[in-house]
Amino acid sequence: MRNNLDVIAAYSIMLGLIILVGFLQSWSMALSILCLCLISAVMTIGANIQWGYAGLINFGIMGYTALGGLAAVLVSAPPVEEAWRAGGIDMLLCAFIIFSMIFIIRLVMKKFSKSKNRNYIIAAVIIVGLILLRLISAPAIESIEAINPATTGFLGGMGLPILFSWIVGAFFAGGLAYVIGKIALGLRADYLAIATLLISEIVIAVIKHEDWLSRGVKNVIGLKRPVPYEIDLQGKEWFINLVQKFHQGSLNLITDNLEKQQALKQLVIESSTVFVKLCFAGLFTVVVIILLIVTQKALYSPWGRMMRAIRDNEEAANAMGKNVVKQHLLIFVLGSAIVGIAGAMMVTYDGLFTPGSYRPMRYTFLIWVMVIVGGSGNNFGAILGGFAVWFLWIEAAPIALFLINFFTSGLEETNVLKVHLIDSIPYFRFLMMGVGLLLIMRYRPKGILPEKIKRI
Amino acid sequence: MDFLNAIILLLNYLFVPALSYGSQLALGAIFVSLIYGILRFAYFTAGDLMSFGTMFTILFTWYFQSLGIGLGFLPTALIAIPFGIIITIFYVLLKDKLVFSYYRTKKSPPVMLAMVSIGTMFVTQAIVRIIIGPFDRRFFDGEKFIIRANEFKEMTGLNEGLAIKSTQVITLFVTIVVVSILFWFLNKTKTGKSMRAYSDNEDLALLSGIDPKKVVMTTWVIAAILATVGGALYGLDKSFKPFTYFNNMLPIFAAAIVGGIGNPFGAFLGGYVIAFSEILLTYAYKKFFVYLLPESLEPDSLLQLLSTDYKFAVSFSILVVVLLFRPSGIFKGKVL
Repeated sequence: MRNNLDVIAAYSIMLGLIILVGFLQSWSMALSILCLCLISAVMTIGANIQWGYAGLINFGIMGYTALGGLAAVLVSAPPVEEAWRAGGIDMLLCAFIIFSMIFIIRLVMKKFSKSKNRNYIIAAVIIVGLILLRLISAPAIESIEAINPATTGFLGGMGLPILFSWIVGAFFAGGLAYVIGKIALGLRADYLAIATLLISEIVIAVIKHEDWLSRGVKNVIGLKRPVPYEIDLQGKEWFINLVQKFHQGSLNLITDNLEKQQALKQLVIESSTVFVKLCFAGLFTVVVIILLIVTQKALYSPWGRMMRAIRDNEEAANAMGKNVVKQHLLIFVLGSAIVGIAGAMMVTYDGLFTPGSYRPMRYTFLIWVMVIVGGSGNNFGAILGGFAVWFLWIEAAPIALFLINFFTSGLEETNVLKVHLIDSIPYFRFLMMGVGLLLIMRYRPKGILPEKIKRI
Repeated sequence: MDFLNAIILLLNYLFVPALSYGSQLALGAIFVSLIYGILRFAYFTAGDLMSFGTMFTILFTWYFQSLGIGLGFLPTALIAIPFGIIITIFYVLLKDKLVFSYYRTKKSPPVMLAMVSIGTMFVTQAIVRIIIGPFDRRFFDGEKFIIRANEFKEMTGLNEGLAIKSTQVITLFVTIVVVSILFWFLNKTKTGKSMRAYSDNEDLALLSGIDPKKVVMTTWVIAAILATVGGALYGLDKSFKPFTYFNNMLPIFAAAIVGGIGNPFGAFLGGYVIAFSEILLTYAYKKFFVYLLPESLEPDSLLQLLSTDYKFAVSFSILVVVLLFRPSGIFKGKVL
């Protein structure tokens, strides 16, 4: 118990801050911060597995998040049958061609020894495959995108409940990570960082511009939620009764019946958004707790010890007979899969998929700030980092406003400097993140909650 | 005649834009490469340092414009660049003193320094956005074209026009001057040679009495100069928007690695490799072949290898391929 005092203290402070937002601003705001904190926590668990357990730098978090989001679309969006009739078979054929290309190349790699001829054969396979793909896909894509472009214009999804996508997203992201890992994991640490960053940009470019798959920058909206809708709730008898019970005290103060009805109606509307967010927060908490238990168990298992050994001294671990390459690949896939879950969760929460909003600052570098600030190698630390940094990211604007008003209180309201500073409040969050990261790295390089290694 | 038309077409839409874009990338790639070679970490602030320098260049340009100082047909920014450079030099030296020097003396691993540079990236981005805002700004003044497409058509009697923007010529000219001075400095002067020695073998260089502080400082000064010049040229040619500059970090890194990171000359060429491949692969060749082929063979598709949406993806794919097959870069890294 005493060992975990810092963890408990840190989490109590964090929860206290969120509750404070509930009292000072609004409960809806506090809960949406909580939901995104939980999603960030999932992402940081993923990044922490890679960086904290194994020392791998993955700057491609944005790519996996987007793939998770794409999974949410492909699983839950209703299928567009017309589009499938127009070009579905051709697109499936393309997928088949891609798979057979990979298969042939693998076969060639296996059958022939390293030589110039082998390279020529592989090049020929790729070129022929690409030309075929182009010839088949171009008309198919055109006809798919021509179908009702204002509302669909893509193949649609499977129309399944969106919760499935959390698993599918993990598989998507893990699959991509497997390919990238095979290619790039041999690189040195900083090369790996740059390579993953660039690959994630390619992923975003594809999602943004392949309209037949994801509607691209036209966005997919109105994805079905796993929790009730506010409008439905407001009409439900039990919900109104619940709200009435909850606010009995304040409602009884109002004597006029009509006014009472009105107040109740207002309360029901407010409570419905809170209730929906509460449901989301519950779902997300379940995911975070499951992941936390699993990763925590893994960390203190023989496997976790082996990962730490590999991280701290690759050569020695190799000499002990541990397959470093294989373990690196495994952990790269696992971590990315967890990030994929987070991506699907995020799209589930928003109910829409906007490829244009995936930017490296928000989805890669911010997550890294979370992991490093929270404490790499320590799951509790990483999650705390996710909470604290996201909280600061959202609350930076009010804090900055307060600080600016405080420091410029001597100036007039119309002072040019003051007006300019107040106009640029949104950008103070970058400043806070940067300064926070630099301070933590300088004075507490292991993060708020440093890694704890149990001695056996 | 048709052949000439085809050549002019390619020159106009392919060669000239790629050359100026490549020069802008090359300037960035050189300083990323230098920092990698001498300070030994991946400098993620690269794009934002360029936007920082450009921002001050713009502010000085506005100041000079308000005073009525100008260069006639040349853009006013050219006199503002040196002032921008001075402020950027102060900024990077301050940053080095406050942030990077601590990790250097502690001999932290390069990964740590790269993380720190992400911290400074956030800070620099915030400073730029707070001072000048996130909006698109154009600060070009003076004569826009050296040759206009119409004038060229009249002059030569060809169907295709060749337009050369003055910013393109300025970019090329300034790049040649800056880069030749830089290589002269690295190869001929004592400080430059000591920088190369330091990059090659730090311990040996320290043994032979090279002052590491001086080497590090010179590196930062060169980085500030190149960042400001490259950024200002990019801003003159296109426009200044902090977010674009941040994004430019990616092709710059690609150029630096393709050229062999730690090798400024490779990075210089790498900039052009990236720029040319981006534009070559995303250009629609239809018109080109219409000129060259007889009418019966005229193509009906656009003959575009990749849609322009994938411009960035091209350079990144090249990078991935290079990393896979020649991790030390096309021109072999670490030989400053």
